[in-house]
Amino acid sequence: MGANTKAVTDASWTADVLQADGPVLVDFWAEWCGPCRKVAPVLDEIAASELGQKVQIVKLNIDENPNTARDYGIMSIPTLTVFKNGEPVQSVLGVQPKRTIVKMLENAL
Amino acid sequence: MTTASPVRDVIIIGSGPAGYTAGLYTARASMSPLLIEGAQSGGALMTTTEVENFPGFPDGLQGPDLMDNMRKQAERFGAELLTDDATEVDLTGDIKIVKVGETEYQARSVIIATGSAWRPLGVPGEKELLGHGVSSCATCDGFFFRGQDIVVVGGGDSAMEEATFLTRFANSVTIIHRRDSFRASKIMAKRALENPKIKVRWNSVVTEILGEDGKVAGVRVQDVVTGEETVLDVTGVFVAIGHDPRSELFKGQIHLDENGYILVDAPTTLTNLPGVFAAGDVVDHIYRQAITAAGTGSAAALDAERYVLHLPIETF
Repeated sequence: MGANTKAVTDASWTADVLQADGPVLVDFWAEWCGPCRKVAPVLDEIAASELGQKVQIVKLNIDENPNTARDYGIMSIPTLTVFKNGEPVQSVLGVQPKRTIVKMLENAL
Repeated sequence: MTTASPVRDVIIIGSGPAGYTAGLYTARASMSPLLIEGAQSGGALMTTTEVENFPGFPDGLQGPDLMDNMRKQAERFGAELLTDDATEVDLTGDIKIVKVGETEYQARSVIIATGSAWRPLGVPGEKELLGHGVSSCATCDGFFFRGQDIVVVGGGDSAMEEATFLTRFANSVTIIHRRDSFRASKIMAKRALENPKIKVRWNSVVTEILGEDGKVAGVRVQDVVTGEETVLDVTGVFVAIGHDPRSELFKGQIHLDENGYILVDAPTTLTNLPGVFAAGDVVDHIYRQAITAAGTGSAAALDAERYVLHLPIETF
């Protein structure tokens, strides 16, 4: 877990993601997912950058929070989804270069 | 040339066993390598489970752990790691140029170790349903198919490994294979065939992946001998029919074979361009093992060192 990203849960989902001010990037991940390990440090870097002041970056462990993952039809991880005003607006599957994630966040601003 | 970036001894593109081993060797040779790992660093082993055939690990180890270890070992000797994708190269001159987005790097030599990429089936429904029941990675996505009926397409070691792994979650796993025997290694095929949850559809190909409400609802399968078509009611399709070399970036500069693999002057790692070397699965369509990739990675590092020092390759 990165120092600059926050863990969200099934219980905190509504408050932390759906009712958040501004865009929220959610990283759907699990401990057993090798590629997910590659996403975490990149997200941590973005969260620590200037862009990280304008967007929130959170992580949802799908093992511990299966309901939210099911509600959004997550069937492949890592999945990165940007939520805005309670709705998913953009989603990418798999490990992505940092600039792809940055671009996705800038588009959501 | 207006850029002020320093000219390095060597840039390594790619980070599986070949890339990290080349990084380790060139770092120990004080060549200060820049290792452009790719966004999805670690290569093909990152999506495997237990690696039982890497010598020196009698109890086996997890593929991602093996790659983490190789990465750390390269880093320990000073390899500079960049977790991003190379986007453009000019390898034709004495000074090689590698771009990563807007940033340009220069070096006297380049080692290409970009490996291979998952090969899709190319049938209707596959692209649309990728990530919604169609998967390229059992260890990533198997969890989502608990208690479900799924298929694995392919007949090689990857297909056997995926099918066997998926029985941990799935109710049943059907392997669909276009021939009447597997090309997988005997030990892997035996393990799959002896698993009570695994069935095999021989001489069969998937012609369409069927969706419902944006998720996989079945596959259309054709028997290649009789031509008969059937629909299997499955919710997951794991595609493991092979890999294609990641050599697109080098087309037009580096000589490739008809399938896109980089041609080298074996047993060296020399390509057609002076100062450019290639190792691992982007060259090798025959063996494709972690240990052979690591082996050619070390050879490429030694070749690059000789080149930068203006020594003939034969002076080993």
